[in-house]
Amino acid sequence: MNPLLILLLVPLAAIAVILWLPQICPKRTTVTAFIVNFAISLGLFFQFEGGSGFQWVLKYPWFNLPNVAQVNFHLGVDGISLMMVFLTTLVSLASVWVTSAVVKRAREFFIYILLISLGALGAFLSRDLFFIYIFHEFALIPTFLMIGIWGGQNRQFASIQMTLYLALGSLILLAGIVGLVLTQPLDSRSFDLEAIQQIHVIDEGIQRIIYPLLLIGFGILISLFPFHSWAPTGYASAPAATAMMHAGVLKKFGLYALLRLLLPALDSGADYWQTTLLVLIVGNVIYLGYVTMAQKEFPLMLGYSSVMHMGYLFLALASQSLIALTGFVLLMVAHGISAALLFALSGELQSKTGETRIASFGGVYTQAPFLGIMLLVGSMASIGLPGLANFSGEVLIFFGAFKSHPWVTIVCVWGVVISAVYQLRAVRLICFGSVSEVTAKLVDLSSYSARFPYLLLVAASLWIGIYPQSVIHLVQPCLEVILNGGGR
Amino acid sequence: MISWLILLAPLLSALLILGGLHRSKTLSQGVSIIACLVSFLIALGFFTGSISAPQPFTWINLPEFKAEIGILVDPLSKLMLLVVTGVGLMVHLFSVGYMHEDEGVSRFFGKLSIFMFSMIGIVVSTNLVQMFIFWELVGLSSYLLIGFWFQKPSAADAAKKAFLVNRVGDFGFLLGIIFYWTLAGTVMFGAEAALTIQSRMGAGESLNITMVTATGLLLFCGCMGKSAMIPLHVWLPDAMEGPTPVSALIHAATMVAAGVYMLCRVFVVLSLSEQTLEVILYIGAGTAFVAALIATQQNDIKRILAFSTLSQLGYMVMAVGLTSPGIEFPAASMFHLTTHAFFKAMLFLGAGSVIHAVHHEQDIWKMGGLWKKLPWTFGTFLLGVLALTGFPGLSGFFSKEEILTLAYHKSGPVMVFATITAGLTAFYMMRLLIVTFFGEARSTNALKAHESPKIMIIPLVILAFLTVFAGYPFMGILASLGQTHPHEASHTVMGISIGVMLAGYLIAFVLYRGRGIEPIYARVLANKFYVDEFYDRVLLRIQQGFAIGMDFIDQWVIGFVFVRGTSLVVNLTGEVLRLVQSGSLQGYAFFFAAGVVGLVYWMLKGF
Repeated sequence: MNPLLILLLVPLAAIAVILWLPQICPKRTTVTAFIVNFAISLGLFFQFEGGSGFQWVLKYPWFNLPNVAQVNFHLGVDGISLMMVFLTTLVSLASVWVTSAVVKRAREFFIYILLISLGALGAFLSRDLFFIYIFHEFALIPTFLMIGIWGGQNRQFASIQMTLYLALGSLILLAGIVGLVLTQPLDSRSFDLEAIQQIHVIDEGIQRIIYPLLLIGFGILISLFPFHSWAPTGYASAPAATAMMHAGVLKKFGLYALLRLLLPALDSGADYWQTTLLVLIVGNVIYLGYVTMAQKEFPLMLGYSSVMHMGYLFLALASQSLIALTGFVLLMVAHGISAALLFALSGELQSKTGETRIASFGGVYTQAPFLGIMLLVGSMASIGLPGLANFSGEVLIFFGAFKSHPWVTIVCVWGVVISAVYQLRAVRLICFGSVSEVTAKLVDLSSYSARFPYLLLVAASLWIGIYPQSVIHLVQPCLEVILNGGGR
Repeated sequence: MISWLILLAPLLSALLILGGLHRSKTLSQGVSIIACLVSFLIALGFFTGSISAPQPFTWINLPEFKAEIGILVDPLSKLMLLVVTGVGLMVHLFSVGYMHEDEGVSRFFGKLSIFMFSMIGIVVSTNLVQMFIFWELVGLSSYLLIGFWFQKPSAADAAKKAFLVNRVGDFGFLLGIIFYWTLAGTVMFGAEAALTIQSRMGAGESLNITMVTATGLLLFCGCMGKSAMIPLHVWLPDAMEGPTPVSALIHAATMVAAGVYMLCRVFVVLSLSEQTLEVILYIGAGTAFVAALIATQQNDIKRILAFSTLSQLGYMVMAVGLTSPGIEFPAASMFHLTTHAFFKAMLFLGAGSVIHAVHHEQDIWKMGGLWKKLPWTFGTFLLGVLALTGFPGLSGFFSKEEILTLAYHKSGPVMVFATITAGLTAFYMMRLLIVTFFGEARSTNALKAHESPKIMIIPLVILAFLTVFAGYPFMGILASLGQTHPHEASHTVMGISIGVMLAGYLIAFVLYRGRGIEPIYARVLANKFYVDEFYDRVLLRIQQGFAIGMDFIDQWVIGFVFVRGTSLVVNLTGEVLRLVQSGSLQGYAFFFAAGVVGLVYWMLKGF
């Protein structure tokens, strides 16, 4: 059986088990499903033959939209989607592993997580735009519900605000996608990704309209400045697993789709809107960087920080250089890992102490050395310490973007200093110093089982940080195709 | 591939200690010391030529951008490796004695191994990207070791400060590397890069000199952070919060010299622009002078030495600026770096021995009369003071003389400042020596002091040997820098420098002999020209104010316009959502699937 199909069926099977076999612990079912999926994605990684083509392709015609195009259930992976699948299965596994098995309304909780993971996998595996969109919505909706049901403070506001924003984003996006499909001549219209990538040159005037629709539509989802307001509050009130899945994986979906759609098809639209995008990038990195610095609550700080780092990824998109886009793929995966690690830790601190203010902690290193060390490692990854994955991505983006946008790149490199300021202040106040009253409530994770998800994320980050070439040789051929306009 | 062990041995040691050996103090110490010894032996192998460089490992390989991790063996790295691993080995041994009462001994040695790994990585770098990688990693190990006693707020703050100030420098350094790559088309070190840039400057004139100057200055930013040049010097004195062996190894002998080493590595490119060298010269000379001034009024034994380190680093950087373009690398700078590593490491370890003897008292005014109680410590410390102040015949004399000679031939004002600095150095070191070791014992701890154990004395004696003889041809240090014997210093220079040294000694002797309290008080100097206060109260407040302002805008302008402005919609939707929130899972699943599909279908049908 096609391994990609198995990847999608495993979470479905787990959902069925949870629904119809209530006596089985839902957490155990979910963890098992995600272990299987993670193992499959590792298998795919080692079996992947390289090159720019798609592997394990599966195609069933589904239905025909009158006057539009044939919709196909069409799966396949190339180097880029392979890495995204790896990220999804990794973060899914870690996110359920760190979740307590006795969360209220447990069956629902784990079904939602399975749905999110399923939707994300479907979106990364699909080669049909229709399915990409549907799968993405499929992943998004459970996140709103999870925040609304299991969220922390302000959960009603946070979840409604997020719903409205992302629904709006999805609508704008839909308009853009529809436009993209309809620009094709009637007889050859298709939802097929490659077909869209290879469309005859789209009229410049139309590109100028479609480009901002896609940029803003996905931009809202990725939290591009100034459409980011939903993200920090949303993440701060979300349960740890949801924040990990959203910041780690779902956000990356928007970036992934922009890479697949914007660059190959809309080059003159990109030229036209370039200055605007560059201004927004500076907003993301510098303006939001300073906003992050002012945060007093740890989850909010992490939320803003995760928004801030999106600026680097947009910088790579704006530069359209192979070096920067390679960094883009590395940083997508790297940021997914580090964000998941930090949100997991923040969730752990919050659930044990009931406290979120950075200044109320102190001495975590003494009280709970494992958590302290993980927090240090996660922070170091997030501020781009070499040896951990984020560095290799960021540095390639800076090198690649410098030639086309020197001044914006210089400004963005200052972000490296900004993120060190807030992240190290958090480490200083949370980990170092003497044990505070709040910290005293903390219990260190001592069993191998409890430590496993954290160590797994760190190991993945180290792998990409130390040996990025192992990823680069997979994604480079695919990026070359994309940069050549889909081989047009 | 035995040569890779120079990097892998300390890495393996760190991993072993982190992975479980930390439960045994003895095993951790042993593994860490053996790893350092292995690195030292391989460094010796490189030096004598019996081990050669291995094939590099490809880190990133993209069209137009290639970065590798390799081991570069050339005169510069051969010498620097010996300094790093040799001094490192002495510090490891000393730490066994110094840290034996501390509960975190294993953690300490683990971090020391991380440091050795990263520092060796810098030295053997074949290209700027590799150097930057290890550059950041030494920053991390320095952060971890300064904050070794992390429960102490001052140590935790100092660690953070060191990391952040270095980050500011690295901002420039990273941009410098990007500029370098843009100009030269490669990140590899070496003359080819400089030749490429030169040819692009010459014929096609596509490249103007401003860009080359900017490249040099940005690279120099990295040095300003790591080697603590003014105005980024503020972290180094605070870094003395770390354990004293760390101060000796990282914050005196090796890591802080990495900035100077990096300048030597890229000198061929720096020297393409005269303005770059000029800026380097003035910042170096300024740092040397200002730090020496501050050192005269400090009372903490480690801080005096820290400011002295700043001042000597200033000399080395100044020497880079004084070197004529066209030369492969600034030998005078490397020579002083080497001798300074020996005598400054020894002085710090000596200070550690004193601090150990007087039960962690660091105020020199609470010491006194220690020379009889700590004979070995005193003897080696005295040699260190003499070498640092340039006493004829000791290593520091030869290396300082070379720098002063360069200054004498090149620039009058710089020569004047360098000479005054030499006088100040003699003055504050003699003050330190007199107040610490002579006169009455001024505290009970000082009365009860006794000599440190052998494991601490032996490294001092070995370093003392190097301090005395490092400047002589038979040691091979000069030969490795391409010289057969010390430069013939002009008699004028030698006369002036010995003169100011004696004057410094004399003034200190007259002022401080037999004193129990500081006879002169210069508020500005004691407060380090208020630079820290300026940073804390002005720059950091502006930054934080700016951040809070941005946060305000984000909440009330962007948040308001985009969110609260639509609060009506929010409320209405909230009502609708409440109806839908039936709590039944199948209900939700149906709604969202049906909604999305319906929406898409509707949108598409419209066209």
